[in-house]
Amino acid sequence: MDTTTAISLTFILLLSIALGFELISKVPSTLHTPLMSGSNAISGITLLGAISLAGSGADELLVTILGTLAVTFAMINVVGGYMVTDRMLEMFKKKEQKK
Amino acid sequence: MDTSIVINLVYVISTFFFILGLKKLGSPATARSGNMLSSVGMLLAIVVTLIDKNIISYQWILIGLATGSIVGALMARMVAMTAMPEMVAVLNGFGGISSLLVGYAAYLLSPNMGVFTGVTISASVFIGGVTFTGSIIAWAKLRGLASKPLQFTGQQFFNTALLIGIFYSAFMLLQDPVANVQFFYILSGLSLVMGIMAVIPIGGADMPVVISLLNSYSGMAACSAGFVMNNNLLIVAGALVGASGIILTQIMCKAMNRSLGHVLFSGFGAAKASQKEITGETNPINVEDTHLILEAATNVCIVPGYGLAVAQAQHAVRELAEMLEENGAEVRFAIHPVAGRMPGHMNVLLAEANVAYENLHEMDDVNPIMENIDVCIVIGANDVVNPAAREEESSPIYGMPVINVDKAKTVIVLKRGMASGFAGIQNPLFFKSNTRMLFGDAKSSVQGLVSEFKQ
Repeated sequence: MDTTTAISLTFILLLSIALGFELISKVPSTLHTPLMSGSNAISGITLLGAISLAGSGADELLVTILGTLAVTFAMINVVGGYMVTDRMLEMFKKKEQKK
Repeated sequence: MDTSIVINLVYVISTFFFILGLKKLGSPATARSGNMLSSVGMLLAIVVTLIDKNIISYQWILIGLATGSIVGALMARMVAMTAMPEMVAVLNGFGGISSLLVGYAAYLLSPNMGVFTGVTISASVFIGGVTFTGSIIAWAKLRGLASKPLQFTGQQFFNTALLIGIFYSAFMLLQDPVANVQFFYILSGLSLVMGIMAVIPIGGADMPVVISLLNSYSGMAACSAGFVMNNNLLIVAGALVGASGIILTQIMCKAMNRSLGHVLFSGFGAAKASQKEITGETNPINVEDTHLILEAATNVCIVPGYGLAVAQAQHAVRELAEMLEENGAEVRFAIHPVAGRMPGHMNVLLAEANVAYENLHEMDDVNPIMENIDVCIVIGANDVVNPAAREEESSPIYGMPVINVDKAKTVIVLKRGMASGFAGIQNPLFFKSNTRMLFGDAKSSVQGLVSEFKQ
């Protein structure tokens, strides 16, 4: 990887961190559990890297095995995270017809 | 058009969806659609990654995707709301292990890597490994398998040596990535051990901090995998999650009046010995008399803690709150930031039982009006309502912000027995003259009160 790429990736990293702090500090404490499970699902984004490796058709079988395992774990993270968050948020939503 | 352009364009859209989704989490009314947006962003990213021209075989990818989806869906469907901290811990762990595996596979694919890639692969393996084993231990602690903090002499020394070993093997790996393969395995192994060592000394009461921190690590792991794969979306998404975990960690630490360093490196019990013994009489009360007190009350505040989750009493409590409202009383729920085993845990349980979120109040909103409250009902909470945090400098939790239930006119504490709380600290609240102890299982006590009201 050349220096320019490294710098631009770092640039993206720093901006994202700043944006993350800004966004998350506005989430009310009532929603902290869904925030955790939801952001957890987002962290399953590693899946994309895992997909490229599992499908790389590398000569070495181990690469494919590791890639496939990574795909599986990351997919559990993604699907489980989003679904359980939705289950929780659904319960929060119902309340508005109160009284 | 070149596929890599298409892929990157869709990644930009996904990023936008993630950000918008998190923004919509700012209010309970829009949160669900926000989560939906975020998942659409993820779906787009997955689909477009599959068209990458470097992908030769789809068979294994599809097997992995299918297995993961089924397991994930089953877990999400079956988990009880009370077990949400365990669920989040496990998911954190899976995120960590997949980052480790991505680092491993990327290394095997092209061992002859430059310094920058070498650093990022080492980081991915290190953070991923720590997140994985750390989360597994956290899960075990939450299940009550090993909730006691485990400390031994020389622990700090051992951990320091471990860290030095990790840095050394990463350094050696970078010197000659092709020849020094063994250092890659040493690095992986030590990182996994590090995860275990990092979480075992932490006590059960500090679990909300650990879960938040591991959440942050899982984001950082994704982020470092992004550097390995040279993928912008991984970096952005990972950084968002990392920031989120850090903020939650800070909130939790503040709510316990402890620094992160203190939570991580010195179990809880350290100050226990200096604690002075509290003696005195408690005033037990039965369900009938509690009913009489509550019937006369016009202003009631309910303070739930983890005991509520253990007793599965959330539905019964909601029913009691409705009865009290019918009786003309104003009922509010006061929730301490670290009540439960993870941030916001109590809110989810009460939402499950159909308590309106407008009725859930934060500690800082309730404390100023405590003097006007006729009856405060404490259900399964202990340390978060302990007045020793205000009054007794020798107490290990001195200085921690607590809900000042003892300032209410009457306090009714629902409790199984006189055992001390999770942190093992005595609670002078139980011996105050305006406190009444309603012993027994929280759920059956509350149900008893509800049926008294029905009569």
